[in-house]
Formats: sequence, C-alpha cells, structure tokens
Amino acid sequence: MIINKTKNKVIENIAYGVFLLAGMITIGFVLLISIYLIIPGIPAIKEIGLLKFLFGTKWSSTSSPPSFGILPFILTSIYGTAGAIIIGVPIGFFTAMYLSKYAKGTTKAVLEAAIDLLAGIPSVIYGLVGMLVLVPLVKSTFNLADGAGLFSAMIVLAVMILPSIIKVSLAALDAVPQDYEAASLALGASAAETYFKVSARAAAGGITAAVVLGVGRAIGEAMAIIMVSGNAANMPGLFSSVRFLTTAVAGEMAYSSGLQRQALFSIALVLFLFIMLINAALNHFIKGERQK
Amino acid sequence: MNVQYRHNSPIREKRNRKIYNGAMKSLMILTTLICLALTFFIILYVLYQGLPQVNFSLISTSPSYIKETIGILPNLLNTLYIIVGTLALVLPLGIGAAIYLTEYAKSPRLVSAIEFAAETLSGIPSIIYGLVGMLFFCNFLSLGTSLMAGALTLLIMNLPTIMRTTQESLKTVPQGYREGAFGLGARKWTTIRTVVLPCCIDGIVTGCILTIGRIVGESAALLFTAGFAHNLNGFIEGLSSSGATLTVALYVYAKEQGKFDVAFAIAAILIIFTIIINLAASTVGKVFKKRRSI
Repeated sequence: MIINKTKNKVIENIAYGVFLLAGMITIGFVLLISIYLIIPGIPAIKEIGLLKFLFGTKWSSTSSPPSFGILPFILTSIYGTAGAIIIGVPIGFFTAMYLSKYAKGTTKAVLEAAIDLLAGIPSVIYGLVGMLVLVPLVKSTFNLADGAGLFSAMIVLAVMILPSIIKVSLAALDAVPQDYEAASLALGASAAETYFKVSARAAAGGITAAVVLGVGRAIGEAMAIIMVSGNAANMPGLFSSVRFLTTAVAGEMAYSSGLQRQALFSIALVLFLFIMLINAALNHFIKGERQK
Repeated sequence: MNVQYRHNSPIREKRNRKIYNGAMKSLMILTTLICLALTFFIILYVLYQGLPQVNFSLISTSPSYIKETIGILPNLLNTLYIIVGTLALVLPLGIGAAIYLTEYAKSPRLVSAIEFAAETLSGIPSIIYGLVGMLFFCNFLSLGTSLMAGALTLLIMNLPTIMRTTQESLKTVPQGYREGAFGLGARKWTTIRTVVLPCCIDGIVTGCILTIGRIVGESAALLFTAGFAHNLNGFIEGLSSSGATLTVALYVYAKEQGKFDVAFAIAAILIIFTIIINLAASTVGKVFKKRRSI
C-alpha cells in the first residue's frame, strides 16, 4: 500500500513535469525562431550597412561587385499588400455582412462551406491557376508584353485573404447584440441602414482585426505570388515584374552562397520584424474587442 | 431655411433611403456571388484540366528518366509520411501543452505568456518556418534536407492549432467531472487520463483534421527542409532522405519544368484531398455536437 502510494506520487510528479515542459516548449520555439532569424540575419546587414541595405534601390546579388539594396522588395511587399487589401476587404466585408444578416439555412451552409474550401486550397494551386489563367488575362486586357507582375500578384493575394477576412468579420458581426439592431429598427431605420450604420460600427474592432489578419497573411505569402509576379528585382510599378520580401528569399535560397545567402537571411529578418509589428497590432485590436 | 427644407423633403429622403437600401443589398449579393464564383471556378477549372491527366500509371510509379515517364507515387507517399511524422510529434506536445494550460498552470502571467507565444507562432509565415527549419534542423542538428527535418518544421507550425482546439475542448469539460473524480480519491493525472481526456476527444480529432489539411497544402516551409527528390522510399528510409510532397512537386513541375499537365494532375488530386478534409472536418463537428447534446 505504502509502496503503491509513493509510486503514484512519482507518476503524478512525472506527469506534472512532462506537461510543464510541453507548455514551455511553445515559448522555446518562439525564442528558437527569433534567435535563428536574428543571429544569421545580422552579419550581412553589418557588412552592407543598415541604411544601404534597407534603402538601396538596386539588388543584383550575382553581379560583381554585387549590390544588396532591398528597398524594391520592401516597397513591393507594401504595395502588393495594400492592393490586396483594397480589393479584398470590401468584397470580404460585404460578403460577411450578407452571410451574417441575410443568408439563412441551406444558402448559408453552402456559402460557408465554399469559403472554407477557398481557405483550404493550397497556395501552389492559387499560383498555378494564376499563372495559367490570370496572367494571360491581364496580359491581353491591358495589352502588356507580360502579364506576370505586381497587379496579378495583388489579385491572387486578394483572393487568398478573402476567407480570413470573411470569417473574422463574420464572427464580429454575429457577436453584435441583437438589442442594438432591434433598437435601430424600432427607431425607423431600414434593415440595410441598421446593418451598415449600427452593426458594422459595433463590430468595428473585429473587422479591423480581420483587416490586420489579412495584412499578415498577404505579406507572408510566398509560393502563390512567386508564380505570378515575374520575379525581377525592379522597383514596383503596377504592371512591372517584381519581387516581394518573401519571394526574394524563396527564389534565391536554393542556389545562394556567401554574402548573398547571408543577405537573404537579413531579408527574412526584415520580414519577421514586419510580421511582429502586425502581430502586435492584431493583439491590440483583439484585446480591445475582448475588453468590450 | 428654404434650402434646408427642400433638402429634407420627405419624398426625396424616402427615395434616397430606398436607393441606399437597394444599392447596399445588391452590393452584398454581388460580392457574395463573386466569392462563390471564384471558389467554384478554381475548383472546377483545376478538376477539368487535371482529372483527365490522372491515370493509374501516374499515381503508381516513380518518375523515370530512361522511359521519360512521370509518376507521382513518391510524392504521394512523402506527403503521407510527413503527415504521419508531424502528427506523431505534434499531438503529444500540443495536447500536453493544452493540458498544462487548462489543468495545471496556476500563474496567470505564465498562461498568458504561453498563449502569446502560440499566437505569435500562428502569425509567422511559412517561408520563415522553412528558413529557420533549414538552419536549425537541417544544418545545426545535421539532419540534412530530409522529411524528418520537414516534419519537425511542421511540428512548430502546427503546434498552436492542436493546442488551441484541445484547449477549447478541455474548457468545455464540466468542472463537476473533475471534482467527482477527485472526490473518489483519484489524483490529478489519473483524473486527466481517465475522465478529462476522453471527454475532449472531439477537439483533438478536429485539430488533427485541420493539421492534416495544413500539411497537405504546405509548400514554402518544406521547400528548403524536405527538398525536391522524387525517390521511392519506405517510411523509415523516407524520413531520413529528401523528398518532395505533392505541393512541392506541383511547384517544381509547373515553375521549374513547365510540365503543366503533371502540375494539373497533382492539383486535381490536392483539390480532391482538400474537399475530403473539409467534409471530414464538418462531419466530425456535427457528429460530436450531436453526441454532446445527448
């Protein structure tokens, strides 16, 4: 009996230790990622010079002497994300509003299933369809030499962020207290007026979170846009062939070496800093929502 | 005064409001139709282009340079291996972390630190996971470019998903169950093992399905960790050697080799997997919901 008791206690303590370790490992992984981005990312920045690296407009890593300016990538990522948001957010917001306030029963189930599917489609398939359908379409519509470029990438990104925007806005809109809407309707406002002037305002925090989440998704996407953006290290123009922060890393990593490889790690570090900034903003908005 | 009166003329206002209502409603329907059309276009287009290319010899052989044929059996198997490998790693860790957070942790500061870490992990893009995985698992731990390195990278990526779904499910287990077990003299671990965990199997299954979906669709994180090879391997051998999953193979065939027929065949298979996974997730959700309500 006594032996059994001590054995039980040992097992309990082991269980506690194992679970504590499992809980801590998440923090460990975040530290690991930060360390493995910061340490390999610093040497190239030191060698090239921070300002020259961040604001240099010319990237030609394989010419001699090489030049490592990543301003084109930074601007492309910002413009591409902005474009995706401008196209994607209105579509996502209005769809979420329809799903939340108008769609019912089977229609709603079908629509939600379709949006889940859109979220589940692998990014390489977006790239493939973009490459073979969208790029030729852009080329013929705008009479260009090549349709692969910033504009095509914006559209692909806009489609890819739609599901997250719709889902998060939908959750926010569904959470608006019925009383608000009932009060607005009782005062004589029409359904659309109520939804857009009362419900949307009440859900503003959640909708902002949806937009920020979309920004994060768009800025981090690599495989879909590497297939439709042309991949030349140009300063961004609406139809010019461009490289994003993500595609710059993905495109050259396989055959890089020396300073070029280190510079790619530095690009990843810059991307990571962008993402951390977006995460901080996201946390801020989600917390604001919860405090309500 | 006069101007203002005219501006607020009831008839005009009524008409304006009617236009506003109509415009908003048509906009909503239009955007919803756009989303629906996009989804169906992508799925049907890929199936239409890809399904005719899928045949038995494609999915049952490996590529041969001598016969100049392409087979995707190695890629199918690699995808399967990496799913099995990742789940085997992520399930114990994710469930363990969730148990720690809901059952053991006492300090709210530590809980919020772990939850913050998990949120941070889920916000990091997969290309960064790929890079860190390459530097840490492939180079530092000298696993080389291998499915094992890929599975370890995906472990970090999918940990938050398993953690969150398990945690949500653990929170729904009534406190009375635990108290009942404690009252009968059970210790904490015994209670968790025999009472709490069996009650939250639905969260774990949902997490598994979501994770499988993400692994099947993942490419950027695997490109530099698991590599591009197309060799046919067994499970153990496969884990230690480089291999392309379906998505990576699609990328290589489409972007590097311009073989769009093979790319579409793989895309069609991936779309079918995606549909199956989505159906499974919603069915599991419904089944467990029904069981709950009984």
